[in-house]
Amino acid sequence: MPKKQIHLAAHFPGVNNTTVWSDPESGSQTDFASFVAFAQNAERGLFDFLFLAEGLRLREHQGRIHDLDVVGRPDTFTVLNAIAAVTTHLGLGGTINTTFNEPWELAKQFASLDHLSGGRAAWNLVTSSDAFTGENFRRGGFLDPAQRYDRAQQMLDAARELWLADGRPVDHHSDQFDVVGTFPIPPTPQGHPVLIQSGDSDQGREFGAKTADAIFSRHGSVEAGQEFYRDLKGRMAKYGREQSEITILPATTFALGDTPEEAAENGHRIRTAQVSPQTAIAFLEQVWGRDLSAYDPDGPLPDIDPDPGAQITRGRVRHEKDPLAVAQRWRELAEAKGGLSIRELIIETTARQSFVGTPKEVARQMDDYVQADASDGFILVPHLTPGGLDEFVEKVVPELQDLGSYRTGYTGPTLRDHLGLREPA
Amino acid sequence: MRTAHLAVEVSGFGRHPEAWRQAGVPREALLTPAHHIATAQLAAQSGADFLALPDSFGPGSGLDAVAIAARVAPVVPGIGLVPTVTTTHTEPFHTSKAIATLDLVSSGRAGWEPAVSRTAQEAAQFGRKPAAEPAELWREAAETIEVVVALWDSWEDGAVIRDVATGRYVDREKLHYVDFTGEFFSVKGPSITPRSPQAHPLTVLREEPDSLAVAARWADVVRIEAPDPAAAHAARERIRAAVADAGRDPDTVAVLLDVEILLAADPNAARRELDELGELAPRTLRVVGGPDALVEVIAEQAVDGVTAIPLTLPGGLRVLADEVAPRLLAAGLRTPADPAATLRERFGLPRPANAFTGV
Repeated sequence: MPKKQIHLAAHFPGVNNTTVWSDPESGSQTDFASFVAFAQNAERGLFDFLFLAEGLRLREHQGRIHDLDVVGRPDTFTVLNAIAAVTTHLGLGGTINTTFNEPWELAKQFASLDHLSGGRAAWNLVTSSDAFTGENFRRGGFLDPAQRYDRAQQMLDAARELWLADGRPVDHHSDQFDVVGTFPIPPTPQGHPVLIQSGDSDQGREFGAKTADAIFSRHGSVEAGQEFYRDLKGRMAKYGREQSEITILPATTFALGDTPEEAAENGHRIRTAQVSPQTAIAFLEQVWGRDLSAYDPDGPLPDIDPDPGAQITRGRVRHEKDPLAVAQRWRELAEAKGGLSIRELIIETTARQSFVGTPKEVARQMDDYVQADASDGFILVPHLTPGGLDEFVEKVVPELQDLGSYRTGYTGPTLRDHLGLREPA
Repeated sequence: MRTAHLAVEVSGFGRHPEAWRQAGVPREALLTPAHHIATAQLAAQSGADFLALPDSFGPGSGLDAVAIAARVAPVVPGIGLVPTVTTTHTEPFHTSKAIATLDLVSSGRAGWEPAVSRTAQEAAQFGRKPAAEPAELWREAAETIEVVVALWDSWEDGAVIRDVATGRYVDREKLHYVDFTGEFFSVKGPSITPRSPQAHPLTVLREEPDSLAVAARWADVVRIEAPDPAAAHAARERIRAAVADAGRDPDTVAVLLDVEILLAADPNAARRELDELGELAPRTLRVVGGPDALVEVIAEQAVDGVTAIPLTLPGGLRVLADEVAPRLLAAGLRTPADPAATLRERFGLPRPANAFTGV
């Protein structure tokens, strides 16, 4: 039996604390030359697609613009159309918010990208609804968070009607939208763009199982990956879908070296650079809800408790609900590990799914993960712009090919071809 | 003699609604990147300062004009790219970063032509608000331009500092909230996109009954329609007076006359082609004939230049590139373009100071 094939996507590094800007090799994440270099390398590596994240307001920390992380990004549609000009097969995925856009315009923009790229567009639907971001938009922070998936679903339904109308008039009415008219653009090379989803709540998983072609997950261990994989794919049957119609891609970092020791060293160096002393304190302040600038990042955790009511960071998704419990957990962890400093603890607790080793080892680990149905592949999150993927493409991709788990050439021109998907009905 | 500006506007297979019959390829070709690249390359060969790409949410509009501009920018050097962006149903924040990004991917060749959506049909496609009177639509457009420009300035040049000693990637003192509140919307800012190569991509506006005040305040280029050079000259005087009244130097605003063209090396062939296509009332001055006919219009210098709008493609554009452009150079009406120049530089405009700091 042929081996299950691994799918790879590449997250363009930018606008977060995982991109190491202090490295001399670190270039600009806004220069077009960086996008060209990154995209062309991903295409050399036969990746399914490149992916751009989005944030529609600069984050704030303690009431001021957060200045420690990489910040500044170009417009998603515009940069993807320009990347289409310098690549031929690579899929072009972008996050576009369902709350701060309207179906007609969004459908036109995605139809244009899919036509102008010859069928390579993908839409990562995100549903953030916060009033903070809303302050940059006409409609403001109008959406009750409970309604965000309703709006996302209605947005998608309306957009899909427009994409597939093929000259027939559309007459869409829902809670969120009234869209009446004849869409002037014929169906695109892919029928419509590939749909990506990344929410991990129960509602998000249900939405993904029903609608998505690809899922970004964040489940690290093989066991956690398998559990998510089973759960998500198990939800598909009730929507009349085959499990092969969704590609699950956990976000993954990696560190390579010629020997296992060198790889581990490189991994540690990257993690240390990602969490500067100032960033360590800022992370701690997010949980504590207090100004902790007086604390030494190389010293122990503060002996004062978090202020559970405070939220001093805006524009960043908060995954932790109970800061007192987090503080307690972190104190125990720091002690169990022999007295971690603040910075060491943050490095420890912000670690993501990561493959560390020689190229051969990393290829083997990735293959094992996918063959065990913990995922269908990975979205790689390199730590450097624009060259963060170069070594992976050069060294790990051939190893994956040797294992028989990775394509040796593109088999079709569209992103649906790369993902093995049919055109939407 | 002044040198003249030359722009080209293309949509579909040309302005004439029957032009697709002459094109020899199916209408679906308009959906392919190859068509738009070939057209932009021809326009670039004509030496034009910019390519205008009309757009709207109305029926018959094709692919998104900003998308087309971005798709051709990396592969067609040396020409400005000016998509139309409507302001009635769009988000100013999105518009601001889209045009700044077009400037980024074209190395400083971006412009935009703000326009309004008048029809009830377009309003129904969005379902958010009814169609409004032109005066109201242009007040809203003025707000959009104001906030878009403010967002372009919301990152000072050099805001990215990468200061390892303090751990700061960006100097937040060089990032500015725009805090715009107007009649139609409010926007907090700053932009998410850094200041672009030109800082302010070129703003092109059409003269319409309700757009003059907006153009006087914001336009770098004003496009006019007029049946003959005398009427065009009168429009130029009107616009220059309005610009002066708005407290700006009229010499910093170029007035370009729309000229519909159908050109062939043999003038009679051009006329025969139009006869075959059928009657189409001119919207503005029309030149049907040989290349010299267009050169004469430009030489008259009733305005600061023209926007040539081919009635058919690629015919009219091919003659513009092969026949008209060399004649304009020979007559001293145009100088060879510096391929590295930004679009603002082509119009003799400096990179603007930042409104938040004055530098």
